[in-house]
Amino acid sequence: MKNFNGRVLFLDRSDINTDEIIPAKYLTENSKEALKPYLLEDLKLEGFNTKMLEDVSAIVTRENFGCGSSREHAPWALEVNGINVVIAVDFARIFRQNMYNCGMLAVELPAETIDMLFKKFANKPTYLETDFDGGKFIFTSGDLKEVVPFTISDFDRELVKAGGWVDYADSRY
Amino acid sequence: MGKTITEKIFEAHKIDELAGGVYVLRLDAVFCHEITTPIAINDLVARGKDRVFDPDKIKVVIDHVTPSKDTKTAIQAKTLRDWARRNNIKDFFDVGRNGVCHAIFPEKGFTRPGYTIIMGDSHTCTHGAFGAFAAGVGTTDLEVGILKGVCTFKAPKTIKFNLTGKLPEGVFAKDVILYIIGKIGVNGATNKIMEFTGPVVEEMSMEARMTLCNMAIEAGGTSGLCYPDMKTVDYLWEHIKTEYSSKEDALKDFSKWISDADATYDSVIDIDVSSLEPMVTYGYKPDEVKPVRELEGTPVDQIYIGSCTNGRIEDLRIAASILKGKKISDNVRGIVSPATPGIFKKALDEGIIDIFVDSGFCVTNPTCGACLGMSNGVLAPGEVCASTTNRNFNGRMGKGGMVHLMSPATAAATAIAGKIVNSELFKGK
Ligand code: SF4
Repeated sequence: MKNFNGRVLFLDRSDINTDEIIPAKYLTENSKEALKPYLLEDLKLEGFNTKMLEDVSAIVTRENFGCGSSREHAPWALEVNGINVVIAVDFARIFRQNMYNCGMLAVELPAETIDMLFKKFANKPTYLETDFDGGKFIFTSGDLKEVVPFTISDFDRELVKAGGWVDYADSRY
Repeated sequence: MGKTITEKIFEAHKIDELAGGVYVLRLDAVFCHEITTPIAINDLVARGKDRVFDPDKIKVVIDHVTPSKDTKTAIQAKTLRDWARRNNIKDFFDVGRNGVCHAIFPEKGFTRPGYTIIMGDSHTCTHGAFGAFAAGVGTTDLEVGILKGVCTFKAPKTIKFNLTGKLPEGVFAKDVILYIIGKIGVNGATNKIMEFTGPVVEEMSMEARMTLCNMAIEAGGTSGLCYPDMKTVDYLWEHIKTEYSSKEDALKDFSKWISDADATYDSVIDIDVSSLEPMVTYGYKPDEVKPVRELEGTPVDQIYIGSCTNGRIEDLRIAASILKGKKISDNVRGIVSPATPGIFKKALDEGIIDIFVDSGFCVTNPTCGACLGMSNGVLAPGEVCASTTNRNFNGRMGKGGMVHLMSPATAAATAIAGKIVNSELFKGK
């Protein structure tokens, strides 16, 4: 399984699209690693700059993350930057599926919970620990701590454990 | 209890059901282009699985950047070309024979009612215009599709859009879908099928239905869908005439793929289009939509007519009817990309290419080109493009550029005026 622990970046916007996550002009790259410097290059969000991505392992954001293009380059650009978990109110279908197909986590939490996390942690250095088997996220910042339960489907769980869909499918069909 | 068209297609293609209501579907076709497929190919090769489930069901085109513009895109094209050859894929469309995937594959008859289709491209929903279940997927899903001919989808939920009334003159399918996206939002149909029905859709040509279904993804929809009818049969007839004794016979067969009257829907949205106006986007999301009237006078730098949304012959005919005998403004540059060689040839034969050239448009070869800011019309920072494409995301047509989505009629009128205006075809307010 991939690493789902580490520093959290809060992106306070809905509808962050795949062109913002990785612009189309980089889709000519033939390796995932080459995408690394360009993650979120075109993100339209006040106060954001790509230097903030340093050492980040998880993203917490609002609604409809990953809408737009089908490019799996979006999860890959996250992955090569060490970000294997995105937490949002909801996701665009293809992006969400791509995350699990790569053995990454795209977890949906109620809007109120996301709001609480933003209020409590958004402007503080925050650390996430993921208890995958127990279905719990543990957010900490200094003395602040919040345990947030999550559920994902059994199939998604199997994909995360298997590390992706290719081997899973080839052995079964 | 009745079923929707998508439920019927799922039932006919289901080979497994996984935990959490996930269906594994057998695929009738897997479409490929040079942007998302080469990485899948490289991964298959690395895994020692360089094979395809059925070479006849895989259709391949180079369309996004073509002819290749640099070494990297040339490598992508070559990866696809070599792979198609060594895997015996006969339907491969290379430079000179290639066009935008969602225009050329239907034109070749590869999209049929009742089919399941995936492609590593979000606008695969376009093919739903034929009564097929067609959805965009990522590279991993594509890879498994190529290898095994299967893909997973959740049990379908459907929103039915019942379009009634009569479209006013000068208002087109593009305006309808922009209006719908504006109404339900970029998240309004996430994980859902958008079924377009009603007398307005029945009246529409296959081209117009493709425009409608093309933008389902901009509302988050898995696929757009229209019911097959005689127009579907007519469009496909060249390719299916050996399979059916008559058009009526084909229609009877296709009629399997229509939702039952008592099917269950997630929701039903009734829209009377009779007072609709031409629409245009104003922001960086496709649901930021207003009537053209409200943006009238907005200066633009470039006009782009083309893409899988509006690069078909009907679109070019409409634009040409407005451009005929006129010149585009000195302040703008116009670019038109007929979506396929077939469309290009028809446009030549009908004198449409002449009209475009005489008016001052640059005519490019069939390609996605400017649509995704990779070639053939990239914007400079701060520039504005009036475009018949489907995405106005920040940076979509070039870093720092701005895109206004609109119909070919509005785009042509805007080219002449040098600023956003309604076309003369629209007689309304
Ligand atoms: S024309 Fe544009 S939207 Fe359509 S497939 Fe090409 S890049 Fe994608």
